[in-house]
Amino acid sequence: MSNPTGWKPSVGASPSAAAGAAGAGEPPGLGGAAPGLAHEEPLLFEHGSRGRCGVSLPAPVGPAPAAEIPAALLRGPIDGLPELSELEVVRHFTRLSTWNHGIDTGLYPLGSCTMKYNPRSSEAFARLPGFAGLHPLAPATHVQGALELMYRLERALSEIAGMSATSLSPAAGAHGELTGLMVIRAWHQSRGNPRRKVLIPDTAHGTNPASAALNGYTCVELASGPDGRLHPETVAAAMDEDVAAIMVTNPNTLGIFESHIAEIAAIVHGRGGLVYGDGANMNALLGVARPGDLGFDVIQYNLHKTFATPHGGGGPGAGPVAVTGALAPFLPLPMVVEDGPGFRLVTDPAERPGSVGKIHGFWGNFGMFVRAWAYLRELGPEGLRATAELAVLNAAYVRAGLSGAYHLPYPTDSLHEVVFDDQAQKAAGITTMDVAKRLIDHGFHPPTIYFPLVVHGALMIEPTETESKEALDAFIGAMRAIADEARTDPDRLRAAPLRAFRSRLDETRAARRPVLRWTPGMQAG
Amino acid sequence: MRYHPHTAADVQEMLAAAGAPSVDALFRSIPEPLRLARALDVPPALDEISLSRELGRLAARNEVSHPPFVGAGCYPHHVPPAVDQLLLRGEFFTAYTPYQPEISQGTLQALFEWQTFVCLLTGLEVSNASLYDGATATAEAALMATRITGRRRIVVSAAVHPEWRKVLASYLRSTHDEIVTIPFGADGRTDLDALRRSVDGAAAVIVGWPNFLGVLDALPEAAALAREAGALTIAATAEAVALGLIQPPGALGADVAAGSFQSFGNPLSFGGPAPGYLAIREAHVRQMPGRVCGATVDRQGRRGFALTLSTREQHIRREKATSNVCTNAGLCALASTIHLGLLGRRGLAELARLNFDRARLLRDAMAEVGVRPVFDGPFFNELALDVGDAEEVVARLARRGLAAGVPLSRWYPDAPWSRGALLSVATELHDPELIRLFARAVRP
Amino acid sequence: MNVPEDLAYTREHEWARRKGSRVVVGITDFAQDQLGDVVYVELPAVGDEVKRGESFGVVESTKAVSELFAPVSGTVVEVNDPLVEAPEAVNEDPYEEGWMIVIEPSEPRQLEDLLTSAAYAGLLAEQD
Repeated sequence: MSNPTGWKPSVGASPSAAAGAAGAGEPPGLGGAAPGLAHEEPLLFEHGSRGRCGVSLPAPVGPAPAAEIPAALLRGPIDGLPELSELEVVRHFTRLSTWNHGIDTGLYPLGSCTMKYNPRSSEAFARLPGFAGLHPLAPATHVQGALELMYRLERALSEIAGMSATSLSPAAGAHGELTGLMVIRAWHQSRGNPRRKVLIPDTAHGTNPASAALNGYTCVELASGPDGRLHPETVAAAMDEDVAAIMVTNPNTLGIFESHIAEIAAIVHGRGGLVYGDGANMNALLGVARPGDLGFDVIQYNLHKTFATPHGGGGPGAGPVAVTGALAPFLPLPMVVEDGPGFRLVTDPAERPGSVGKIHGFWGNFGMFVRAWAYLRELGPEGLRATAELAVLNAAYVRAGLSGAYHLPYPTDSLHEVVFDDQAQKAAGITTMDVAKRLIDHGFHPPTIYFPLVVHGALMIEPTETESKEALDAFIGAMRAIADEARTDPDRLRAAPLRAFRSRLDETRAARRPVLRWTPGMQAG
Repeated sequence: MRYHPHTAADVQEMLAAAGAPSVDALFRSIPEPLRLARALDVPPALDEISLSRELGRLAARNEVSHPPFVGAGCYPHHVPPAVDQLLLRGEFFTAYTPYQPEISQGTLQALFEWQTFVCLLTGLEVSNASLYDGATATAEAALMATRITGRRRIVVSAAVHPEWRKVLASYLRSTHDEIVTIPFGADGRTDLDALRRSVDGAAAVIVGWPNFLGVLDALPEAAALAREAGALTIAATAEAVALGLIQPPGALGADVAAGSFQSFGNPLSFGGPAPGYLAIREAHVRQMPGRVCGATVDRQGRRGFALTLSTREQHIRREKATSNVCTNAGLCALASTIHLGLLGRRGLAELARLNFDRARLLRDAMAEVGVRPVFDGPFFNELALDVGDAEEVVARLARRGLAAGVPLSRWYPDAPWSRGALLSVATELHDPELIRLFARAVRP
Repeated sequence: MNVPEDLAYTREHEWARRKGSRVVVGITDFAQDQLGDVVYVELPAVGDEVKRGESFGVVESTKAVSELFAPVSGTVVEVNDPLVEAPEAVNEDPYEEGWMIVIEPSEPRQLEDLLTSAAYAGLLAEQD
């Protein structure tokens, strides 16, 4: 019944009853957080008035549908749906938005999530009618611009990864992992044996074992070494002819470059296995090193991390999968190819008999392709490399700024992100959770916490290249102030956040008695 | 570079603080031979004005001057400007998944509202916080059914979206679950006799509602057969506006509803992104894939929301998770939520009615030029029309800037009606004049 | 931590109590404390076979899932169904109200291989 994350969820009673007056007497946060005009707002279903409506539509003509559709299949207006004017709806969502923290609001140093600035020009381009209004099954002559964009993006992503070909279809990073593993399985199958096991280091994202399992593979966990790296002898000991692939995130989730990767790849290849790269941390490598040159056979991108497409509060993303030439015939359909003066989607399996098939209803999240392509074109080769360099510089600066105040479990060099823990705060009874929540009072989003699992009470910080030195100084100042407060006023820290729209939520109650939708007279809260 | 705030002085100061002699030195953990010794071979950088010109050029190579008469899983609808302008609130679109609920209440409450909309429209009890798209939602539903029933066979109607069935096949290939496809009849509805013969031992039966042919399929009858055999019924819906006019899957015996809410608030965008949804009965909630938002209270007893039942998910259960899904389609779900908030009780009923009207007008206008529906089952806003040579019609109208529909021969090449069948949609965007023009263009 | 003297323990923090020929099983005070608020318990059905050292169910907090391991092999003859609706009993009263299953052991001598309260308390002291 161990609890490796160090996460001990329990809301319990507030250690500071005075927290009832949230924010009262609080100094302004270092990042500028201050109590504002935070409006309460009921659910859409809890206000409005019968007959009100927020849209303007032409009047229907012709007889009632009952003339053609059997009465038993027809339904009347749906009770429970809102009845609101347009302004009421606009105000509702505007108020809701003010309860959120986004990159546009402030620093968002969520490790392994690469919360960089999402360019406004990319948003504008994705909304051009020629893109937004284009149907995926429109005649081929109507979609040449879209296909050209996909073709050029595919070429560029293949070059950046040092790979031969890229499928744009996957809709998110985990979807890319699933697809990449399907490709690996198909390649093995084509050689007679799909194999049964996948090796996964203990620093991996949870999506890695979940994607492997969804592909019917058994996961074998590999322990990383005391320096936070995966070591060749660990891989050699676990490697056999039944291992289909190893999944490696590089740099790994500690922000550490797996410097033995070439040797590890040689061991895996030597016994007929393949090397899968989780590209979640590609931001550290852009233009500096290419997965294909490191020995990887497959890698998935996260366009919503590395290529600045917005995270959208949990998607949509895009998780293109780049592969070596040997694996390219197995990529899912469609692929875009040049065809005379124009471009063409390959959708017929007869043309690509090795393909694993389709994994998205249409051709992938095209709206994300437009944004990523605009970003890539704005940066060019020098800008891409500068992105990696400045991302790593920012992380190194934060690492230096916090050392002494927080314990660094792995002193090994890190790249674009750095992982601290709460060991130095333990004596005062302060946990990573408390530090995270107190950061909110200073106007910052907390880092990724309690991950990776190999660090007890992890605080995983990824500043990204789009943050200025001043923003990082303010963040470092806030983190150091919290470390001081852990010694001087731990109770106040445990009550945090004091300045947020809501204080800590009772997640135990949410899980024990799930209320997952509105119903008339709903009681929760 | 406008996205990089660093001045040369900043870089020097920061390097000094980090104790590194140069930016290159920060990368010393990458062995020299593994580094890229040249610049990436990608196109050169563009300033914003040139970038606008380039993206404008690509957009202009696409033909979008008329609303397409193409549906087939992605539906042209009016998106009120209020939807998109609210989506551009940076607090929404630049936020991450709401793992820190205190500063994510906006996203969380909207997800709770999304889940409620999905339940109200599908007539089921519990919804998750969205999936990638309709196809993957249907595949996830099938996998969930195998977990719930402990059975490995999925029975799917040939009238379910063929591209969704391909995705289902890709997903099930690795888990070795079996797919049995059953035909449909001359009315475009699933062949119930064939279903009766195949349903024994099935984990689930998947039926379109409406189906890919635009027809209101035999969902209640199929659900009854499935129930008798101990299988779950999954209703797959691509055109969710229909749920404003026709009975919800939950009321017709379906246990699971899966599909896309693209029609609410999401542009065509060449097929993605769009929000997939999954709704189920409460009894199965612990087998549901994906994130889910729940209501609770904060320390002061005020109502708030948080992601919950997370122990089903990959970041905790890893290889034993109900799915590997992480990032889903949050912002697309928000677009649907805003649009449904605007539509509301009256607007959704009106919109659905209007779509049916326009499709009926399409059928009648086509009848005037001698073109008849291929299937005689009831339809919502989409129907297969026998135009003689569908590929020829599509090519000919494409030259006039009109997207006529999709030839069904691409998916059903061997069917006797295949050559003539053109699947076309009519929605509130196709005004009566355009519909008549379309009909005259098909048969001049 | 409360470690009742009359119980036997596993190294994985389950306890076992003799009840006639049968064995009542639950998780220890230490286990529930480590886990934090228990939000869900998944238990086998009456009649299921369990094997010593193998998983018979899971206990969940909001952020973690832990497997439950059988202290002895045998047949499940009783299940504490109310836990599904009120999992908080595991936190509030791990040794009484929070019991999980009753096993009819197939090899009663396995009980003798479990830790005594003193040995288990020693194990906890080591972990500290």
